[in-house]
Order: sequence, then structure tokens, then C-alpha cells
Amino acid sequence: MAEDSVITDEMRAAIGVESEPSEYEIEKEAIRRWAEAIGDTNPLYRDEEYAKSKGYRSIIAPPGFIANYAYPTKVGEGGRRGFRSPFAMVLNGGNEYDFLKPIQAGDKITSTTKLAELREREGRLGKMLFMINETTYKNQDGEIVAKSRGTIISY
Amino acid sequence: MADQVYWEDVDVGTEVTPLQKQPTTQQLVRWAGGSGDFYQIHYDKDFALGNQLPGVIVHGALKSAWLGQLLGDWVGEKGKIKTYGCSYRGMDVPGDTLTCKGTVTKKYEEGGEHLVDCDIWLENSKGEKTTPGTATLVLPSKG
Repeated sequence: MAEDSVITDEMRAAIGVESEPSEYEIEKEAIRRWAEAIGDTNPLYRDEEYAKSKGYRSIIAPPGFIANYAYPTKVGEGGRRGFRSPFAMVLNGGNEYDFLKPIQAGDKITSTTKLAELREREGRLGKMLFMINETTYKNQDGEIVAKSRGTIISY
Repeated sequence: MADQVYWEDVDVGTEVTPLQKQPTTQQLVRWAGGSGDFYQIHYDKDFALGNQLPGVIVHGALKSAWLGQLLGDWVGEKGKIKTYGCSYRGMDVPGDTLTCKGTVTKKYEEGGEHLVDCDIWLENSKGEKTTPGTATLVLPSKG
């Protein structure tokens, strides 16, 4: 019911507002540390000579790397959404990625994000708020290299 | 690495070569450092218990990264992950044995590419699919 909604006009107004761009340099060591952390031994993420032998300029980023490493953080003050969830608990509900071009060490990535959708529903733990964010990643040549969509659940 | 898989070799129902993980709390800390996700529910047991969790839990994005590894290993250097995604439906805890799996649900050609769609998921040692998802992959063709 509308009167029970936790979605305020202020929150609704944040939908579709594109963030300021955030810039990231894709560093070799960050890729290696990431691959190391998940236990992925693929030499394309670790061995520059090997990656070059496969036609890349340097080592490449594993799938999903970009969304964790270059997540934009520069939206407004007091949090990237411009508003705070009314709930204390926050969980990651899911992630989707589109990969359009390989991301290579040395790339300069610019990402922007926007709140695409707000939903709420009654769950096992009471009312839950679903915030769906869409992020676009471009490289130094202005090419879109990836897109991601993430769902944050708070309750 | 495994032998390169080709589009002609797979059919609807073909299994993606599974990938097993046995996360430790140390691995969660490494992931926190590698990804920049420092939410305390993933490394501070008291904080996690105080938030009605069973203890520290595995990061959703780490599970997603493992599913990425599953797919990257399977498509090999001549293949490509076009899209994939997953939902974090159930919590996973360090100490459990987690397995990433997948099966081909559709095989087709589009825009000059040889594609397959897959159901993918991560399951816990009880066989519960805590992290289901889907993927679209480009596989090399023998031509």
C-alpha cells in the first residue's frame, strides 16, 4: 500500500540520475591480486609475456573485475545514491555483466552509474527495498567495454 | 588448462566443467582487499552475529567471480563470455565446499557468432543452489 511505502519522493527523484564519472587506471598488480584472491591461475591474468603472445597489450582483467574495481563512488555527498536507505541491513542481491571489449592493464576506465529502479516487497524479514543500479564502463578511446547491473537489498 | 571446447562439440544439456572452491576466512579477507569490499559481515564474526547472520558469510561478488572463472575456464582462450549474471539467494559460509556448475540450455548462431546460453549456479555441500544465474557464451567453431 502506498501509505506504507518506504520509497520517498526524494528517492524516486534519484532514479535515472547519472553519476559524475569516476576514473580508474587498470593496474597489473590489482588484476594479479584479484586473480590471486579468487584462486584463478589463468596466465592471461598474471603473465604479461603470455598475454602478449595471445595478441593483448598486457595482462587482461578477469570477468567481473571491472565491476568490483571501478565501481563509481562519486555520486553526491553522503553516499553515492544521494539518499540513505531507511534500513540498516544491506545485502548484495545479484550482479549481471555484459562484456563488450577486453579490459587490459594500462587502460583508463571511466565509469558512470545510475539508479535504474526501486522496488519494495514484504519478505521473510519484513519490508525489503531493492535498489537496482546500472553502470557503464568506457575505456580511454571512449569505447564501452562493459556494463553491469547490480541489485542491492536493504531491510 | 583444459582442452579447447568447440561449438560443434556441445549440445543442449552439455555440462560445463565444474569448478570446486573451499573458501577460508583468509580467502574472504584477501577478496575484501582485492575487491575493496570491506563490509564487516564478511570478516568480523561479532559484527556478523550482531546482524542476525550465522557468522561471517562469503561475499556475493566473490561467488560471482568464481562463476566467471567457471565460464572463463570453459570457453577457453578462443571463446568469450558475452554476458553472465547471478542472484545471491542463499548465504554461503567459509569452511563449506562450494561447487560452480552449469549446463547448456540453448545453442544458436547470431550475428556471425556461435553462441550458447547456459544455466549456471553455485551449490553448497548439501546440493542447494545458493547462487543461480545465466550466461551467454561465444564458442569457437571448427568452421
